Order: sequence, then C-alpha cells, then structure tokens
Amino acid sequence: MAAASFTAAKFLAPVAARSGGDRAPPLPAIGAASARPRRGAQQTRLRTALAVSSDVLAGNKAAQAAAGEPVVTREEALEVYEDMVLGRVFEDMCAQMYYRGKMFGFVHLYNGQEAVSTGFIKLLNQADCVVSTYRDHVHALSKGVPARSVMAELFGKATGCCRGQGGSMHMFSAPHNLLGGFAFIGEGIPVATGAAFAAKYRHEVLKQSSPDGLDVTLAFFGDGTCNNGQFFECLNMAQLWKLPIVFVVENNLWAIGMSHLRATSDPEIYKKGPAFGMPGVHVDGMDVLKVREVAKEAIERARRGEGPTLVECETYRFRGHSLADPDELRKPDEKSHYAARDPITALKKYIIEYNLATESELKSIEKKIDDIVEEAVEFADASPHPPRSQLLENVFADPKGFGIGPDGKYRCEDPKFTQGTAQV
Amino acid sequence: MLGVARRRLGSGTVLGQLMQTLRPAAAPRTYSAAAKEITVREALNSALDEEMSADPSVFLMGEEVGEYQGAYKISKGLLDKYGPDRVLDTPITEAGFTGIGVGAAYHGLRPIVEFMTFNFSMQAIDHIINSAAKSNYMSAGQISVPIVFRGPNGAAAGVGAQHSQCYAAWYAHVPGLKVLTPYSAEDARGLLKAAIRDPDPVVFLENELLYGESFPVSAEALDSSFCLPIGKAKIERQGKDVTITAFSKMVGYALQAADILAKEGISAEVINLRSIRPLDRAAINASVRKTNRLVTVEEGFPQHGVGAEICMAVVEDSFEYLDAPVERIAGADVPMPYAANLERMAVPQVEDIVRAAKRACYRAVPMAATA
Repeated sequence: MAAASFTAAKFLAPVAARSGGDRAPPLPAIGAASARPRRGAQQTRLRTALAVSSDVLAGNKAAQAAAGEPVVTREEALEVYEDMVLGRVFEDMCAQMYYRGKMFGFVHLYNGQEAVSTGFIKLLNQADCVVSTYRDHVHALSKGVPARSVMAELFGKATGCCRGQGGSMHMFSAPHNLLGGFAFIGEGIPVATGAAFAAKYRHEVLKQSSPDGLDVTLAFFGDGTCNNGQFFECLNMAQLWKLPIVFVVENNLWAIGMSHLRATSDPEIYKKGPAFGMPGVHVDGMDVLKVREVAKEAIERARRGEGPTLVECETYRFRGHSLADPDELRKPDEKSHYAARDPITALKKYIIEYNLATESELKSIEKKIDDIVEEAVEFADASPHPPRSQLLENVFADPKGFGIGPDGKYRCEDPKFTQGTAQV
Repeated sequence: MLGVARRRLGSGTVLGQLMQTLRPAAAPRTYSAAAKEITVREALNSALDEEMSADPSVFLMGEEVGEYQGAYKISKGLLDKYGPDRVLDTPITEAGFTGIGVGAAYHGLRPIVEFMTFNFSMQAIDHIINSAAKSNYMSAGQISVPIVFRGPNGAAAGVGAQHSQCYAAWYAHVPGLKVLTPYSAEDARGLLKAAIRDPDPVVFLENELLYGESFPVSAEALDSSFCLPIGKAKIERQGKDVTITAFSKMVGYALQAADILAKEGISAEVINLRSIRPLDRAAINASVRKTNRLVTVEEGFPQHGVGAEICMAVVEDSFEYLDAPVERIAGADVPMPYAANLERMAVPQVEDIVRAAKRACYRAVPMAATA
C-alpha cells in the first residue's frame, strides 16, 4: 500500500505538553518510569519530533512548573470527570449486582483504569472504532453505549446492547462502532487492525473520504497480551501498511496472578514499537490529562495517515482480575501506592486547584451519575429475558441460512428441535 | 465425446491416461449441451475476477496471491488488474492477517482470505471461529461478517502428514459458518460467487488436485451473474439401487465407481454434496428413500467425520427406509504417510467405494484390509 497517497502535513514542532500538577513518584521497582524517551528507529521519516508527555516531563520540568494554565477547558474537564465517575460507579454497581446474583459468569471490572478509557475514547468521533478485551464495560460506556444497555446486557436481558447474547465479555454496538468485546487474549488486536485497514481502504480505494481524515481505530489490551504472537504480527502489518490505528496497552502489571515481570523478558512494552518502525510511548495511565495529551497526538497521527503508534499506559486495577479472583498475590503496599494515585481523586483535585469548577458542581455530577446507574439497574431488572425463539436467531445474517424454517416458523417450534434438525 | 470420456475415466486408470494422450486432430466438440470446457483453476479465477469487478469492497489477501500470481495460480492476473490495494500479499502471519480480514469484514468490507492450504488455517482458527463465526450471534445481528476463507483442502500428492488433512468436519461442526466443497468447474464458479456475495463467513474448501481438471460448463454458468445456492446438493448421476454421497475430489471417484458398478448391474445414485454446512439433508434423505442403501465417501479421517453426520441424518429421518447398514468410506485413521504406496492406502480409492456399495447391496464380498 503506497503511503505516499497521503499528503499529510509534516509534524514539526513538539507540542508543549504541560501536565497539571505533580503526581506521586513512580513505583521504583518496575522501571516503568514516566521519563523515558523513545528509542530511535530505522526510518528517519518517523523520527520527526513526536512530543510525548513523558519526554517533555523529563526535559521541561522547570517550564511546566511555571505554567499556571490548565491543559483543558472547563467543559473538557467536566466531560472527562463525568465519564470517569460513570465508569467507576458503574463498575462498583456491577460488583454489587454480581454478589446479589443478578449478574453471572465472568465479570472483569475496570476500577482504577478509568483514565485510560476516558483519556483516549473521549477524543474519538462516532465513526472511529474501539476494540477491547473482556474488560470492556467502561470502554463501551466511554464510547457512548447507554449505561442501561450495558447493564441489561450484563443481566442477560433482551434489552441489552446485544440482546443478552454476548454478555460481559462481548459488548458490541454497531451504531457506536464498538467492535467487541473479545474473550481471547490478543484476539481483538487483529480485528482492530482490520477495522483500521477498512478505514484506509475506504479512503483510498472506495474514495469515501471524510474532511477530518481517516477514521481511527483504538485497540485496547493488557500487558499479558504483549507476549502473544498476534500482537507482534499486527504491529508489523499495521506499520507495513501504515494503518490508522493506536495500540493502547493497559499495563496494570498483572495477568490474573502472573506478574508482568515474571512473564516478560523485557517488561518495557513501549520499546517494542520502534522495533517495528513505529513510535513507542510510555505514559502515566493514572493521570487522565497526561493520557489525553498522548492520545491526542497518537490519534492525530493516525488520522493524518502517518500510521500506528504503540502507547503503553502504566495503570492499575483496584479489584481482582475478575469477581471470582481472590486477589491474594498482589502486595498491599502496591495496592495502596496506586490507590493513592486514583485518577478520579487526582482529577478532582486538579479541577478544584485550577478553579475549573466548584466542589458542589462536581458533587452534582456524581449525584447525576448515581442516578443514571441506579436507573440502569432498575431498567435492567424490569427488562424481560430473551424469548425462547431468540436462541436460534442471528446465527447467520442470511435469514434463510438457519433459524427460520421454510414455512416461516422458528425452528425451535419444530417438534424435532431437540434432535438438532436444522435444515435450510 | 473424448472430453467427457477423459473426465469420466480421470487419470486413475490406464485407459484414462491413454485417453488423455489422445487428441483429435481438429478437436471438434461433438456434444452440444456444454459448449466449453474450463479447468477448476480458470473457474475460480474468473469468479474472483468477476466479483471483484462487480463490488469494489471485495478484496483478496493471502500469502503469494499478488506478485506470485497465487501459490496455485488461482489469483493469476488479479494483481495487474486490481492493483496492490485490492490484492494484498501478506506476511506469513495467518493469525494476524485472518484477524485483519475479519476486522475489515466487521467494518463494511468483503474480504477473501486465502490460505495456502487449509492446514495453515489452524494457526488462524481462533479468528475463523471466535471472531468470525460467532460474531453475528454474540452481537445479536449487529455485526455480520461477510468474509470468505478459501484455499486447497485435503490430500495432495506426497505432501506428508502436515499438509494433507481435510478440515470439512472441523469447520462444519461450528454454527455460524457455512462450509462449501466444490467439485466441478461449475461448482467452483457458482459456489465461490455465492460465497463472496453471502453476508456470512464461508469456509470454501477447494482441492489442489482438482485445480487442473477440466469440466464442461454451460453458457449459463459462464455468465457473470451465475450463482449456485448454498445448502443444496447436486445429483450428479441418477440411480436406483444405492446412494453414494461424496464431496470434492471424491465425487470424481464416486462417479468412476458408479460406472464400474453399472457394469455389474448396480445402479448407483451419486450425490455431490457441494455444501457441508448447511448439509442438504432433504436431498440425501429423498435419495435414500428411493434407493434404500447409503454409502458415504470422504477423504478425511473417519472418526467424527462428515459421513458420521450423514449417517445420523438418515437414521433420524429415514430409518425405516434403510435396507442395509450405512457404509462409511473415509481416509485411514492415521496421519498421512509420505511413501506413495502407503499414501494410496490411506486415501479412499475407487475400488473401496465399489466394494462398499456392493456390501450395501449384499453382494457377498469379504471386507478387504484397508490399512
């Protein structure tokens, strides 16, 4: 694929990314310090100065400490705050509902990682795609899927975003371009790369262009996935074909009970980007504003057709891997270290400090979110279970392929249903 | 006439080989029904060409499909015609590029993913099954996956255990996939065009040894809107004594067996299944109700194979009509050996089908050792 077909403006000067306020010092042992510059790569064209919050932190600490300006407007700050609070309150409610038996199976909660989802997804357009893993509730919410649809899906009701067919790990929403929800580690990465491929194909071959540029796809996945073959295959192909994708690693240091350090020969994941010729960036994933700065650049790069970026977000999940995980292997001091860096508390502090909103305005947002989530639970509770006929529907998009017999009736009404007869 | 005789005898018999070397001087076609003969390779190539020309969202990706013109030359000429944006040479990354194809299909394109052989699809099977087959169901109809996975399947000649497996039973096991197995050039054209137009994931199992075989095609089959229905079998040869079901290369063997059986007074009906999922149970049952005896033929391993499913389909619907136990002919239950004589023993031959049909008709012939 000729990359030369894009007349993208060369990105020359680094954006002076100022992050607001000081954060707690990074966890020493892991070596995932925020002040790590990118490594050089083979192609000089890629090495036009791509500013990264981490880079700038290293160099411009003085300059930034002097800056008294917030990096976001009031509207943006409130939007971001509301989205993170929605993610947190929703996930807490999921835990409650699970223990009350309303939700079942595998449920993986996102508490603590909200900065990554909000920081990235709130910058997207409706036409941009998000592909996630089984820890996908909050990605769905950030992308715009209503809380009641997600909650009803988790309850397994017919009003869920997938009518109860997918469940916690398989959130799909075509109108919001949320392409899943995948249970297998690494499965979403090639699918996301394919969606990015489709965006580029539509632009170049089908000549359907949008004034903004290419539609961007975000692939979210974890640290454990970065040891999977498909991850590397897609880094290669995405860079080879200059696809409009951002690979977002939510490095929460743990894959169920396997520490990232025990599983990975070189734990610095962002370094794997330049090995394939794309920029690799590390960012503090507990700080939504830093994530947002990096995300802005990576997404713009992709939109202009400059190709993929690998962004490693250092983040942490406050709960276990899933609600069935007793979470005994993680040390209490590690947990408390990250609890002190709670992204929501940090943003609240930032907003108040820079006078973007008052405490009471923030409280009213929290109240609003509480109401939304409670209403979502009531809605899900009141919704009906899927009808029996839904069992055989939607196996194929072609309705004559399955599910509906030649007389137009549902196959499961057929007296031979239990014998598995399902003729075309 | 010669053309038909050549096809019927194939290359398996001495007479067949002799027929292949005989060429009439002026080569006039004496049969009027089929005006033209094309190879399966040409049929597939023309189907790909026509569908890519008709719909710009159709594109082909796979190893060596572009500059090499296709590992088996199926995609010959397509790169020159459609350019590298629509005929993509991929790196050797089945899991990655299959997933990319699925993701592109999620997002509005119609990819054709070629596997150099279906053995390599095992590296990508997670995407074929979990991302493609199940997505329409998991998303309750929001995300349909109009993708075609195609490539040669089954045994070739002397390629060893890792390049010879038949995947029909594997993929046909999964709800959400359609599995097609063309035999003739007409099948190849019609079914591939149907598969590309179909909104669901289709596994299209070709056969390497059939690529070079010629078949007569009608003018209708050469039309660019020609399409065969998915899920319908074809009665290749009418008969009344025993039904033989087969797919892909085994259809040719079954037809040869039917010729031999005819000389012994057994009239065999040969069904070319064409579609393994959905299986045309109605056609199979109708045929068995007529003949009362069934022989299933497949190249793959016997356990949990296509023949087992067909047997059960007939037992469920037409048990009272069976006059003899269902006979199953399959490949030997061993990984494919390399030595040529062992390989011949590991794959069904025409004699095996003849013997099974006779057993079904109670012509007392002792079971031959098959391994």
